[in-house]
Amino acid sequence: MHELPVTESILNIALKHARAHNVERIVNISLRIGELSDLVNEWVQHYFDYLSKDTIAEGAKLDIERSPVVFRCDGCEKSFQVDIKKIKEVICPDCGGKKNTLISGREYYIKNIAVI
Amino acid sequence: MEEIRLIEVKEEILSDNKDLADGLRKRLSRNGVFVMNLMSSPGGGKTSLILRTIRAMKDDFRIGVIEGDIDSMVDAETVVREGVSAVQLRTGGFCHLDVPMVTSALDAMDLESLDFVIIENIGNLVCPAEFDTGAHLNAMILSVPEGDDKPLKYPLMFTVCDVLLINKIDYLKYGEEFDLKAVKERALNLNPEMKIIEISCKTGEGIYEWIDWLGDKIVS
Repeated sequence: MHELPVTESILNIALKHARAHNVERIVNISLRIGELSDLVNEWVQHYFDYLSKDTIAEGAKLDIERSPVVFRCDGCEKSFQVDIKKIKEVICPDCGGKKNTLISGREYYIKNIAVI
Repeated sequence: MEEIRLIEVKEEILSDNKDLADGLRKRLSRNGVFVMNLMSSPGGGKTSLILRTIRAMKDDFRIGVIEGDIDSMVDAETVVREGVSAVQLRTGGFCHLDVPMVTSALDAMDLESLDFVIIENIGNLVCPAEFDTGAHLNAMILSVPEGDDKPLKYPLMFTVCDVLLINKIDYLKYGEEFDLKAVKERALNLNPEMKIIEISCKTGEGIYEWIDWLGDKIVS
C-alpha cells in the first residue's frame, strides 16, 4: 500500500550513487526486503518504471530478494527462522521458549546497482 | 559492447525517514515535548481514546493533537472542542504519516506551550507500522470486534508498538467471540516487552490504568 514512497526512495538512492560514480545508465537494482513487509514486488516495479522516466534509471530492472523472518529465543539465545504467515505461534525449536525477539525480517535494503 | 559494472550501495531504503525521525525525537526531547503515535484499524477507537486521554490529563499536561486523515477535518474539530490545540493533516490518499508530514504539523503548533503531543495516525494496521514518525512512544489499539487473529495477520504492527490497548472490552459481556488470552499470548510472542491494557472507551474500564501508565512515560 505504501509502495510509492518506498519506490521513490529506492530511485533517489540509486541515482545518488550513480551520480557519484559518473555512470551513463542504471540497468539493474538489487534489493533485499524483509518478509514482514507487505510490499508487492510487481507494484514496486510499476511505480519504479513510472518514477524513473527520463532519468538514467529508466528501464532498470529491480531484483527483489526476500529475507526471512528470524527470531532469537530470549531463553537459550538460539536464532531461528519462521514463516510468520503460516504459523500461529513463535516457539523456539530448541528449548520451546515462547519469549522471542525479532532480529530480522523488517529490512529495506539496497544491495547494489548494475550500471553502464 | 559496454561493460556492466556493479556499484555496492548497501543502504537502507527508509534510512532517510529513520534519520529524520531520530533527529525529530531529539529536538522534541530538548523542547520538553513528549510525543505518542497512536495506530489502529479504522473504527478501532483512536479518536475516542484521545478524547478520554485529554479529559483525564489536561489538568496535568498541556496537550496538542495531530490528526492524520486521508481527506477530512472531522477528528480535529472533535478534539478542539475539548479545549486542546489540534492540527489536521490531510494526506490526500497517503496511507501513513512520515516524519516530513509530522514535522509540518508540529511547525504549525506552538511547541513552547505544549508538554504532550498525540499523533493520530491513518487508520490501518499495515503502512503506519513501517514508518517511524519521530514519536517517543508507539501505541496501538486492537478492538474486540476486529477479532483475535490480528497479531497473526499484522505481525509487524505488533512488533513496533510499546503498548497494546485492547479496546471495546465491554463487548465480551455480550458473548463476542474473542479469545483474550490468545491475543495476549500472540502479541507477547511477537513482542515480549509489550505492555497490554484492556480498556473500554465507552464504559471507562481500564482508562485509569492507561492514564497512570502513560503519565509515567511522559514524565520519565
